[in-house]
Amino acid sequence: MNENLVIIDATPIKINKYYDWLSQSPIDGAIVTFTGKVRSEQEKVQSLYLEHYHGMTETVMVKIMDEARQRWQINRAIIVHRIGHILANELIVFVGVSSLHRLEAFMSTQFIMDKLKNDVPLWKKEKTLYEESWVEAKKSDRDSLKKWY
Amino acid sequence: MIKILFFGQTRELIGVPSCEFQQSSLTVLELRDLLSARGDNWYYALTEKSCLCAVNQILVDDTHLIDNGDEVAFFPPVTGG
Repeated sequence: MNENLVIIDATPIKINKYYDWLSQSPIDGAIVTFTGKVRSEQEKVQSLYLEHYHGMTETVMVKIMDEARQRWQINRAIIVHRIGHILANELIVFVGVSSLHRLEAFMSTQFIMDKLKNDVPLWKKEKTLYEESWVEAKKSDRDSLKKWY
Repeated sequence: MIKILFFGQTRELIGVPSCEFQQSSLTVLELRDLLSARGDNWYYALTEKSCLCAVNQILVDDTHLIDNGDEVAFFPPVTGG
């Protein structure tokens, strides 16, 4: 039942069908998911533009899920990432893991997100009412990765 | 010949998404320096700003040797998720 699924899509993420895929394994008692949205404080950010390196993006995502499998006993794992123009409050990313028990699913979902933030070749450009600017990589994301090594 | 791709702010600063380079058997640092000499915007994007390099879609450091036919990519630290 060890299966990875990677979806890179320019259309809105429909969580239900991916959740259904995650829940197909009868031996699993746990499913943990994470959903990331376009955040806009005081409606400042209008939209994001997400650019990716086709090919390397998918390869790195699979590598991250395989690294999670070496650490925890998990069965189904999925990463769905939106690219292109994304409006405020829409979903950017969906990560999910199924496993026998909850601890493995919780830990591996967090690990996959921390790795994704640091290793997957994706770049965000933020659009406000007045300007467009590329988002800089954050130290807090690099720090989040340190706990795993 | 090597194919060179640019992504994100690096691509925008340089003004082209890709280019080709005839010389091969050189290090990433040597390629970075040769490209940086093409103009102020190239220097700023590839040398002055933080800029990563992948060869054949694997992240490498500046000492990596580039072979004929390789796909090289330059891009800023990633910001997905």
